Amino acid sequence: MSWNGFLAFVKDPLTEFAKGITYRLDVWGLSPELVNVIVKLLGAFVACMLSFALVILTIWVERKLYARVQDRLGPNRVGPWGIFQTVPDMIKIFTKEYITPDGADKVTYNLAPILAVSAVMLIWAVVPFAPTFFGSDINVGALYIVAVGAIGTLGIILAGWSSNNKYALLGAFRAVAQMVSYEVPMVLALLVPVLLSGTMGINSLVKAQSVWFILLAPLAAFIFFISSQAEVGRAPFDLLEAESEIVTGFQVEYSGLKFGMFFVGEFLHAFTISALFSALFLGGWRGPWAEQVPILGLAYFVIKTSIVYFFVILLRIAAPRMRIDQMLNFNWKFLVPLGLLLVMVTAVVEKLVIHYYTLWGLEFGSTNYLILRAVTHLVVNGLICVGALWLSQSFGKREPPRFDASRAVAVPPQSSESTATD
Amino acid sequence: MTIEKIIFLVIAAISLGAALMVVTSRKLIHSALWLILTLFGVAVVYGILDAGFLAVAQVVIYIGAIAILFIFAVMLTRRANQDTGSQNNQYWWVAAPLSALLFGGLVWMMGSWQGYSTELPKLALEAKSGMLKQLGQLLVSPDGYVLPFELASVLLVAALIGAIWVAWDRK
Repeated sequence: MSWNGFLAFVKDPLTEFAKGITYRLDVWGLSPELVNVIVKLLGAFVACMLSFALVILTIWVERKLYARVQDRLGPNRVGPWGIFQTVPDMIKIFTKEYITPDGADKVTYNLAPILAVSAVMLIWAVVPFAPTFFGSDINVGALYIVAVGAIGTLGIILAGWSSNNKYALLGAFRAVAQMVSYEVPMVLALLVPVLLSGTMGINSLVKAQSVWFILLAPLAAFIFFISSQAEVGRAPFDLLEAESEIVTGFQVEYSGLKFGMFFVGEFLHAFTISALFSALFLGGWRGPWAEQVPILGLAYFVIKTSIVYFFVILLRIAAPRMRIDQMLNFNWKFLVPLGLLLVMVTAVVEKLVIHYYTLWGLEFGSTNYLILRAVTHLVVNGLICVGALWLSQSFGKREPPRFDASRAVAVPPQSSESTATD
Repeated sequence: MTIEKIIFLVIAAISLGAALMVVTSRKLIHSALWLILTLFGVAVVYGILDAGFLAVAQVVIYIGAIAILFIFAVMLTRRANQDTGSQNNQYWWVAAPLSALLFGGLVWMMGSWQGYSTELPKLALEAKSGMLKQLGQLLVSPDGYVLPFELASVLLVAALIGAIWVAWDRK
């Protein structure tokens, strides 16, 4: 291999690898269409395996951090700092017995964990890891994330219903209420970066962030962070699997690897939303020389994602569980109105910025223009934030009505036969 | 036969089979799940036709909202949701020729259409993000579809207000 070839490989290993495979298959005499399909399938396979391998690490990170915050040691036996602790855990979970409860709906019972994991992996299809390393930059990427989230919700409903267990069903009810509700502010928050960049493809969104969107739309970033936490269903939004109330909710009847699938799905989802957050609001792979040396872009992306993931874990450790009425009130009375207002205001401000700043002689896209635009958006966001806090405070002081006597939600039917058995 | 054609045939077969299962399966929840598979098949057909936005909107709205609400409503009802009676009622002999006639009519209409052999017009397929932009502008431009679009939104707002009105606990 020549020095230049070596350099190209170091700069962008995956593209060079794909090129090599394409060349090899062409030499074998396959049609270009088929070669394209095979290379794409291989890429998807690599991404899936990578995500599974990543979960082994993130489970360890999470357990270790969890332990240190609670003043424990955490896993510390297998490997240095217990870093390989997940491997024996995995072997254990592989060898456990699969129990299917009596009266369970067999097909849906087995389909549910698969849906739960695959819904998370489907998101990886649009996450841009580096300038040249992403599954697909489809022009509806932001909407695609929401669509895929719906499939995850479906997996949870199926798990809850097919288990033939009332706690599982209760967990599924809570899950639907939470996920369908928090989809609304998530879509609204996603609209803001889309408005600012004029595109829905995730990689194009990253390319448009010459100023990180967290500076232009901090409130949208906040809403996205909170609502994606709720979509994952971890503390403080883990009431769909509240151990002390409904055992573990929808996954109570699952054992062995089927339970493990839900577990992997949750941990992978937590990491995936960190990746999405850093792609949408922290500039993704952007950084010095990322365009020329794609492997550097990957490094920036991993660093940013890890920082966000750190905060995701910290939130899970520190926050207590919400009640269901608090969860719904917070969504419908705070996040949704804020999101609606934010979308409208951002659209108007962006139009005014484009109109007036170019009128005042600033060149569209120049450095001064970008700085002024960011400052304008930041100031407007700050004003909205102050207003929202003031409003929520003045309304929050009102006590909710309390009922002295408990009200019966349903009255049992009066019949002459049932009195004896009660 | 191209790969696209093979995918289309497989998807069409899956969605038709799933649609058949929606009306024949015994459990209500299973019907809802087959319906989801049907809707997913339609979404994939949209995808094959290069209408990515419609495909994703189909998944978001039909699977993510409507089908999940179906399942939710079914789960709230009691009993095993299992029907053991006959699947035909006494008027099946009226429905059978009518649906056969409708099917025959549709087949005849599609058969007499000349569009199968014509090439796909290259209207806006050169820029995929441009397609989405055009769709958005058509929905809000006065000489486009602004009136039906706004009417639909008024309808949705009315439904929202109605739902709140019905659900409101007025002591």
